[in-house]
Amino acid sequence: MDVRERNNITWLGPDDGPVVLLSHGFGCDQNMWRLVAPSLAKQHRVGLFDHVGAGGSDLSAWRADRYATLDGYADDVLRICTDLDLRDVAFVGHSVSAMIGVLAANRRPDLFAGLALVTPSPRYIDEPGYRGGFSRSDIDELLDSLDSNYLGWSQAIAPVIMGNPDRPELGAELTNSFCRTDPTIARSFARATFLSDNRADLAAVSVPTLVLECRDDVIAPPEVGAYVHDRIRGSVLVRLDATGHCPQLSAPRETEAALLSFLGSLW
Amino acid sequence: MTAARTPDDRYDDDAPCGSLVTTLDGTVVRANATLLRWIGLRRDEVVGQLRFSDLLNVGGRIYYETHLAPLLRMQGEIAGVALELRVAGGARLPVLVTAVVLTDPGGGPAQIRVIVFDARERRSYEQELLRAREAADRDRDRLTHLVRSLQQSLLPAALPVPPGTQTAAYYHMASAEEVGGDFYDLFPLPGNRWGFLLGDVCGKGVEAAAVTAMARYTIRASAFHDPDPAAAVGSLNSVLYQEHRSPTHRHCTVVCGVFAVGEGGVEVTMATGGHPPPLLLRGDGTADYLPATGGPLVGVLADARYYAQTLTLRPGDTLLLYTDGLTEARAPGTRRRYGPDELLAYAAGVAPATASSAVAAVQALLGSFDGGLDDDVAVMAIGALATVQSGP
Repeated sequence: MDVRERNNITWLGPDDGPVVLLSHGFGCDQNMWRLVAPSLAKQHRVGLFDHVGAGGSDLSAWRADRYATLDGYADDVLRICTDLDLRDVAFVGHSVSAMIGVLAANRRPDLFAGLALVTPSPRYIDEPGYRGGFSRSDIDELLDSLDSNYLGWSQAIAPVIMGNPDRPELGAELTNSFCRTDPTIARSFARATFLSDNRADLAAVSVPTLVLECRDDVIAPPEVGAYVHDRIRGSVLVRLDATGHCPQLSAPRETEAALLSFLGSLW
Repeated sequence: MTAARTPDDRYDDDAPCGSLVTTLDGTVVRANATLLRWIGLRRDEVVGQLRFSDLLNVGGRIYYETHLAPLLRMQGEIAGVALELRVAGGARLPVLVTAVVLTDPGGGPAQIRVIVFDARERRSYEQELLRAREAADRDRDRLTHLVRSLQQSLLPAALPVPPGTQTAAYYHMASAEEVGGDFYDLFPLPGNRWGFLLGDVCGKGVEAAAVTAMARYTIRASAFHDPDPAAAVGSLNSVLYQEHRSPTHRHCTVVCGVFAVGEGGVEVTMATGGHPPPLLLRGDGTADYLPATGGPLVGVLADARYYAQTLTLRPGDTLLLYTDGLTEARAPGTRRRYGPDELLAYAAGVAPATASSAVAAVQALLGSFDGGLDDDVAVMAIGALATVQSGP
């Protein structure tokens, strides 16, 4: 299957620019990057894509076994790079996609020029000597609510969106398409995301890495950013004066400045 | 934070729903009395102290940060989202949340206005729906399993492979919830001969399935006593016609025959009743329909006559039998029927083929129809082996 269709890949910026792949996390799709992609695309060839099961990806390509762990998603990232003959890729991964990028870059470091990990977490659940921010019962509650609250979640995941006259720049044709997720796929992706433990993979990262964290993020608290920075040799940690888990939306100018500075150091 | 309540505040406090205003990062700057009563906190414990997501259970908090906050940023509002509030005493209150980003006079986003509805009634209604759906899913799974088992029980568990031949068959179920009326069989007869049959009882469901069983065993029994397959079709016609006034009456199409493996190949005698003509895929790569010598639909006329024809399958030849679900399938992307001409062209493209590769080719063809199949399809192929094994 053509990865361009499978992952709904779109390109911005000059064809001959260095390649930057923007990879969305759990909960949305490539629209997450809409506020920062244009400025990154001034000097880079910016590739946006949807993970299989999200956004405009080919839902028929989704397989429960393949996407039960983050390895399936990392495999897709590598397939995008190899099938489209991408080299020296700067991979920008948000949220769970940060670890997807780590897994991909560890398998094929030759393909990657660098990794930018935006609000990453290698382990969401607290462990002895490690604070991920959530107890096991917290995560079980999340997964239970995904399993049991079928109607509530399916409606919540595909909210009925009305037009938005206050913000016409968003475009009426897009307002219904954000972050639509099939409930079964969302459950599986939540399991893969919140039960994974990629702490041991951090030490193997061998490409230049930026860790971008927010001042106040309940999903990936500051200790987690510090942990990732500490375990990836030579990584750079930047704390944005932003709140929430999605700085590319809540603080797009600061986010793109940090990314551009990092990208400028790669090639 | 303990400033006197204005008339506007009191109006808000009286609202039969939770009402809040937060900053863009979710910090609560206003909360009405209804919400505070639900969550069991004082105004000064909430306003300026907590974010909206702090009021939710953990699942909701994650969902808010990963889904709702981005949606609010991107499209300025969310509507009717199911969440749970952490309320006094540690319990959870199911709520529906609608929120809109308010723009300040300068045009930039400034605050988020949030309305929270008590959704206990609705949640229990949803739970009922969910339980009903799960029960329906279980019933459908059971039905599907039952139908599949019944269908399998009506077909040979494994097709015999007479010496000197290769045989294969495939049954495509159009519906997982209803047994179809197609049938086939291949069985030994005295004197190193073999009988075969393939047919289609009109209609679907258990009544049609019962008739397929009767048709199979009527022909088997008849073939045992009479070497002429035309006589077997005639017997089936008489048996079915016997019931022609009954509401359970069914008619069918059938092709049946006997064969024996000889020096020059497989000698076949066969008869058809109302059935589409079998295909011959020759070892030299050509394909043709066998000329129709058969009689009318089986079970409709009191004294229908059927005629047998003979042919020899040379080494490498394959006889392909099928039911009309195949030629009446709609071609992909059109309302047009697939049709006999297309099937012949397809068969010519496949020939020469062994029985199993011919059946596999039809199976692939059926797969390509992708939803254009209204009817069950049975396919059976009998091929003469290209190299006849010599005895010791």
